[in-house]
Amino acid sequence: MSKSLFEKIWEKHLVHEEAGKPSLIYIDRHLVHEVTSAQAFEGLRLSGRKVRHPELTFATMDHNVPTTDRSQPIQDPISAKQIDTLTSNCTEFDVRLFDLNSPHHGIVHVIGPELGLTLPGLTVVCGDSHTSTHGAFGALAFGIGTSEVEHVLATQCLQQDKPKTFFIEVNGHRASGVEAKDVILGIIGKISTSGGSGHVIEYGGNTIRALSMEERMTICNMSIEAGARAGMIAPDSTTFDYLRGRPYAPSDFDAAVAQWEKLRSDPGATFDQRLEIDVSTLAPQVTWGTNPSQVTSVDARVPKPSDFSDENARKSAERALDYMGLAAETPIEDIPIDYVFIGSCTNSRLSDLRAAAEIVKGKHVASSVTAIVVPGSFEIKQAAEKEGLDRIFTEAGLEWREAGCSMCLAMNPDSLKPGQRCASTSNRNFEGRQGAGGRTHLVSAGMAAAAAVAGHFVDIRQHI
Amino acid sequence: MEAFTQLKGIVTLLDLPDVDTDQIIPKQFLKRIERTGFGQFLFYDWRFTEDKKLNPDFEMNRERYKGASVLVTRANFGCGSSREHAPWSLLDYGFRCIIAPSFADIFYNNCFKNGILPVRLSESEISSLFEQVRKKEQFQLSIDLEKEVISSDDGMAFQITVDPFRRQCLLKGLDDIALTLAHEDDISRYEATTRTSIAGAAL
Ligand code: SF4
Repeated sequence: MSKSLFEKIWEKHLVHEEAGKPSLIYIDRHLVHEVTSAQAFEGLRLSGRKVRHPELTFATMDHNVPTTDRSQPIQDPISAKQIDTLTSNCTEFDVRLFDLNSPHHGIVHVIGPELGLTLPGLTVVCGDSHTSTHGAFGALAFGIGTSEVEHVLATQCLQQDKPKTFFIEVNGHRASGVEAKDVILGIIGKISTSGGSGHVIEYGGNTIRALSMEERMTICNMSIEAGARAGMIAPDSTTFDYLRGRPYAPSDFDAAVAQWEKLRSDPGATFDQRLEIDVSTLAPQVTWGTNPSQVTSVDARVPKPSDFSDENARKSAERALDYMGLAAETPIEDIPIDYVFIGSCTNSRLSDLRAAAEIVKGKHVASSVTAIVVPGSFEIKQAAEKEGLDRIFTEAGLEWREAGCSMCLAMNPDSLKPGQRCASTSNRNFEGRQGAGGRTHLVSAGMAAAAAVAGHFVDIRQHI
Repeated sequence: MEAFTQLKGIVTLLDLPDVDTDQIIPKQFLKRIERTGFGQFLFYDWRFTEDKKLNPDFEMNRERYKGASVLVTRANFGCGSSREHAPWSLLDYGFRCIIAPSFADIFYNNCFKNGILPVRLSESEISSLFEQVRKKEQFQLSIDLEKEVISSDDGMAFQITVDPFRRQCLLKGLDDIALTLAHEDDISRYEATTRTSIAGAAL
């Protein structure tokens, strides 16, 4: 019988199945970070349980860490406590930790693939919704809550209802200046923030096949913004080339590839939903509202609430425009910005930094704009510095930081002030996400860089 | 986990769709390492004004909703992050039941793990509840999970359906981990057989 990629992985990981109950599935990789794990370890302690497979569990600290001078102690005592708690939990439970001094330190969804921990056909979980990123390798990867973190620590299994499946076929040649970020924002704009609810999305089609691994990660990363449980892309030679030689990649790599090549949806596999998208006319995207589906083309205008026939959507739009301080029908390119954030697990990889550097090279950020570049990991930071990207950024007036989540969620000292407007390469434009009262516009790395220079949004198709 | 069988409580309203977890509990409050004490930060940016006073324009803040344990809201409640701090803060504030046309997946799941009952009703049923709650001070709903009915003293009644397994877990306050560990034989068998055939699974 024809099976989808998802079904193949799901079946291989079934530990127990019983009618009327969620299935028990096995977890191959468990990634842990400081914000959603303390209560889980505490739960283990209280019930006298151990971590069943410490060797499959990997921890890092990313959400809360400062991205400025790391030789200084962490200023915020509550942040410091959360980070110390992770360190002591990892010691007590024998879990490998990539702390701030480790050469493997970085955002959890950046380092998993970098280290070769994320592999095709595996199940990957983490107490963070953007775990969907790892699906770019043909893994089944999803975010879980802290109770589930404790459950996986204790049992290496997870109780899961079998999700539905959704195939999104993306075809067409992207215009120069249209990045993977624009493709996924375009998709979310179409299917809404709940369009993927209850589903695992598989992305296919010739546009997806032509993407690099970094671009595929950007796509899968934002699957959660469409409400999906996970996003995935069948592995191919691009995937295998990326993984070869990574620290935790299998030693018998060729044998692994032979198995991984079977990980694709069979012709005739059925899906609960399907969608086809042509991106040949897609423009760079800019969000105008307070959820990622409130998005439009850079050459368009801010919509009017009355453009929306659905009552909920209209109400949402009204509220969003009010929060964002935007008048309907303002051309997107006329929106001035105060801040630029290039970073996060969506767009902080080397190719993103290169795209941004290319745009700011030899120019300078507008005098009204503060811009920061936060690489996704220590390894990316080093690679970028080797190429001289850091110098291009600093000479153009952008700050070059240490790795971490930073202003993606602004739990650390990097945050917007009320009313400040930010062009951000992150994934959520929720109210207050980047600081109470802050206004976030999601864009690609190239678009963020161009906005930094111009002081407002510009259509980078005309500048490349 | 505390069991959930029956509840009678005051109903309060949040008249917004797509309420995300960053709104339910803003990230500056995620730094605690306990599960408790998050209620004070619930809907923080909405409940409080910039000078940290109760925001009189936020419907939930009105005197008539004081002590509410049931929240009625709009579609796609709890979208965004996986933070379990969201249900922890709702629970700590006093909510045991949330009623909406739809919920985001991870949040929905997280509710059951913390003894909160999330209930889906149709858009029109939700709208009629909004109307009724606004009309009548201290409007209360009774929720009977055993019988799967929600009712009010003035005769409103809704049949609900809750996934049978999750319902049992809530009714008995069962510990998920203990349930899974009862399958120790299955887990060990899986580890010794199927798992060894997956490329790169072992480390
Ligand atoms: S970069 Fe942002 S979205 Fe990614 S893991 Fe960190 S906080 Fe979450």
